[in-house]
Amino acid sequence: MLRQFWIAYLTITRKEIMRFTRIWIQTIIPPVVMVALYFIIFGNLIGQRIGEMDGMSYVDFIMPGLVMMSIITNSYANVVSSFYGAKYSRHIEEMQVAPVPNLVILLGFVTGGVARGLSVGVAVTLVSLLFTEFSVHSPAIVLLVALLTSCLFAMAGLINAIFANSFDDISIVPTFVLTPLTYLGGIFYSIKLLPEFWQQVSLGNPILYMVNSFRFGFRGASDIDLVTALLVILSFIAVLFAVCLVLLERGTGIRQ
Amino acid sequence: MYALEIENLHKTYASGLQALKGIDLKVETGDFFALLGPNGAGKSTCIGIISGLVNKTAGKVRIFGHSIDDEFLVAKSLLGSVPQEFNFNTFEPVEEIVVNQAGYYGVPARIARQETERYLKQLGLWQHRRSQARRLSGGMKRRLMIARALVHKPQLLILDEPTAGVDIELRRAMWDFLDQINDRGTTIILTTHYLEEAERMCRNVAIIDGGSIIQNSSMKSLLKQLNSETFVLYLREELAQAPRLERFDNVVQLDPQIIEVEVPEALSINDLVGELEARGIVVERMRNKVNRLEELFVKMTAKPDTEMLA
Repeated sequence: MLRQFWIAYLTITRKEIMRFTRIWIQTIIPPVVMVALYFIIFGNLIGQRIGEMDGMSYVDFIMPGLVMMSIITNSYANVVSSFYGAKYSRHIEEMQVAPVPNLVILLGFVTGGVARGLSVGVAVTLVSLLFTEFSVHSPAIVLLVALLTSCLFAMAGLINAIFANSFDDISIVPTFVLTPLTYLGGIFYSIKLLPEFWQQVSLGNPILYMVNSFRFGFRGASDIDLVTALLVILSFIAVLFAVCLVLLERGTGIRQ
Repeated sequence: MYALEIENLHKTYASGLQALKGIDLKVETGDFFALLGPNGAGKSTCIGIISGLVNKTAGKVRIFGHSIDDEFLVAKSLLGSVPQEFNFNTFEPVEEIVVNQAGYYGVPARIARQETERYLKQLGLWQHRRSQARRLSGGMKRRLMIARALVHKPQLLILDEPTAGVDIELRRAMWDFLDQINDRGTTIILTTHYLEEAERMCRNVAIIDGGSIIQNSSMKSLLKQLNSETFVLYLREELAQAPRLERFDNVVQLDPQIIEVEVPEALSINDLVGELEARGIVVERMRNKVNRLEELFVKMTAKPDTEMLA
């Protein structure tokens, strides 16, 4: 039985990876171009006037955040569009009629989202080499935070897709929730610059923990304690994992 | 052992629509079984519950003795289904769709490729294996769904309108293919609006209407209930009016050279031809007005005109 589930998992994962690699011009290139523009405008043009941030050049400061932003948006976008597309054109039924446990479906879609998030992350990191020379303080932390964050947002994308009833519904959360939280998550500034009240408010933004722990992996310094950040990320993963499984078991949005 | 056992199956949708009102049904292993009913009768809901696409409200379903509630992984692995509507990713290549489906059932990649090749060749799709599914014709898409449903070698195959929109030549080829599958031991449940198809292929039949089973018997015994058949006769000479025949009540003239006669079960077609010849009327050829099962089906599921238009 375990071998059967493993094959099913590999099938879903392979299918998901094929899906975004087949349309790489739509999935990999745009975030790379967008981040390159961020580096040119905020890093080089405006950044030179800003000077240092947290003891490093501005372009060095924003680099981890921009990579993290790409990972977040792409792991989310991959699962939300793929799962909703499968719902819309009803080929999700291919998995529903088969003896595939919901856990395997969840892991397959999440792995697809992680694969896209990390692929884009790597591509954006390579592009950033054109604009900044960076060193990695801890490759293990960089990899761990990237992996956990992409898992978390892949699951968030799945929940969005489960509840979505139209293509508009899958763009509402990224536009009105994800993008503002990302921009306010310490990518472009240190929260130490904020008044005390807004620093406290910022601590309620989960993306702040991801951006700062990722920055710690590169620079060895961040606004947030690393252990606290990892615990926050793991807590969110645990909650979203449970929610995803319950929704799939109930057949919410996919079974009448 | 029954391939399928359904006990007291109920389904009420969130809208309040009661689609199934306590259905009981048993399908023998190896059977070719027809599940018939008018639009909205509950056929697709029933199939959706068996396939795991629709949540039942109450009742039990067992596939080869395995409950879809307690042993759903085993039950599902024994089942293949061809839904009424196309439900594959139209942007994927034909071969990938079938190979992936095998993967969902845990079939190793090498065997999945072999089985995919076998079924795509049998169903005349092998030369289209690298085409995106959206480029296939309607008939090819239907065949693709059959290949996909068979790739894991199910013991029970459910076909929901498999020949809808398929031309007659292709439909007959599909009938032959399904006959072969059934001969090899696969139990088949067929829903169709082509009653000729059901009469030709199925040994047993259930008719569902308004969420209840109104008939469940062998095809033979069902057709025996038909106590008359209507024939259309093409005559050599023109007639001024419909002839009066002693033993045949309903004789209708459709055209100067065409009449329609209802033949009671007690009489044969020879009796009819003999009586016409005694009046100097020569029959050149004839045909059944409608398929026999169709006549029965219409009688059993007849609704007032107002209800049909509602």
